[in-house]
Amino acid sequence: MTDTASDRQQTYAKVLELIAPFNKKGVAITEATRFAQDLEWDSLTVLDFVANIEDEFDVIISMNMQAEIETVGQLVDALQRLTAARA
Amino acid sequence: MPDLFSKFDPLIAQREALLETGLTDPFNLVMEKVESPTVAICNGRRTILLGTYNYMGMTFDPDVVAAGKQALDEFGSGTTGSRVLNGTYAGHKAVEQALRDFYAMDHAMVFSTGYQANLGVISTIAGKDDYIVLDIDSHASIYDGCKMGDAQIVPFRHNDIEALEKRLKRIPPDAGKLVVLEGVYSMLGDVAPLKEMVAISKANGAMVLVDEAHSMGFIGEHGRGVAEAQGVIDDVDFIVGTFSKSVGTVGGFCVSNHPKFEILRLVCRPYVFTASLPPSVVATAATSVRKLMDSADKRAHLWENSKRLHAGLRQLGFQLGTDEPQSAIIAVIMPDLETGAAMWEALLDEGLYVNLARPPATPAGMTLLRCSLCALHSEEQVGEILGMFAAAGRATGCIS
Repeated sequence: MTDTASDRQQTYAKVLELIAPFNKKGVAITEATRFAQDLEWDSLTVLDFVANIEDEFDVIISMNMQAEIETVGQLVDALQRLTAARA
Repeated sequence: MPDLFSKFDPLIAQREALLETGLTDPFNLVMEKVESPTVAICNGRRTILLGTYNYMGMTFDPDVVAAGKQALDEFGSGTTGSRVLNGTYAGHKAVEQALRDFYAMDHAMVFSTGYQANLGVISTIAGKDDYIVLDIDSHASIYDGCKMGDAQIVPFRHNDIEALEKRLKRIPPDAGKLVVLEGVYSMLGDVAPLKEMVAISKANGAMVLVDEAHSMGFIGEHGRGVAEAQGVIDDVDFIVGTFSKSVGTVGGFCVSNHPKFEILRLVCRPYVFTASLPPSVVATAATSVRKLMDSADKRAHLWENSKRLHAGLRQLGFQLGTDEPQSAIIAVIMPDLETGAAMWEALLDEGLYVNLARPPATPAGMTLLRCSLCALHSEEQVGEILGMFAAAGRATGCIS
């Protein structure tokens, strides 16, 4: 496993951990899980979740970026890009 | 062929279900006659108005009405043009001067509505690669201004000072930053901690815009708003306001001390590409703004009304949006839309009009009965209002 791949695994694991408290319906999460349709999050839940993600990874995920992120996998990819850009 | 209206089906169904129960449509009320800032005839019945933004009761002020009539006679019914072409009359310059005097600021720019003032200023000054940091409960006109521009939009939890600071610190230091706040948030009637938020914004290199739509004329020693009341007005870069609330007519504005502010008149599309306000409207606005400078007694009476209604509703057992009265808005929290609509209708039957507010306008999916007081509500009227709430609340089971 390359460093990038293990990095990505770690990011994914962290994202899963942060989704858990908001996953009220106990939906089984995969990279393909969609936040709006599958998890049925409202805007306030999204705000709280994004705030937790931002605090954990020390990044900003603007609403413009959020509009492009539909699935868990896309969020992990975006976090990989954001943390790489900062390093 | 796909019907473009299919997307509205859930809302159409919700509305039909609500009206099938026999309720009056809360979003279709007609005022047949308006007697004063606090009384109108609705469905043939004399109704106390507790759901207007006529905070300072200026709509029937004799000087204001006379100024409008005179302008109609002297300048006609409309300008038929943009502010930058044939739509700037003496009255438009006069109302901008009145605003500069009212706020003691160098520049004032008048838009055709408050919505357009937010839309125009926000979308124009924050461009690509800039950041807008805003409270999640911001008004639709602020969000639409963000959407119309190209900046990165970063929301933070309502009135959360620490959340604002964290976000500001993560934005690249060399990026342009605009923090957008409101003095009074209109759904719950709560005020922003502007003292702390403005200081944090400045410390992190951001410009600050405060929408004082719901505080003008009432809050602060000179009625300049929450930024004045909290002692930070000199650090606010832009104040956006409206003529459609305390001023009592229609129109929007932005005031500022920024030395380059006037260039906005050429680059701000919602200012340029629309017709200017009619002469009668700017004449009433200018007269009203000048009278508001000198309304300390009315401000004091409005605070009395707000305190008394808040305490009375709480005593009756209603759940309110704020623990103490913070503005002229008192929001009564309803358990759900059905109960809210039933209570709204029961109040109307009693002869009281309030606003029924529901998502997406409200935060956290709440249904609210929004009461907004007027400086011209008499003590007796506030007593009557409390009696109507007691009767309607018991009839609908909202209180015991």
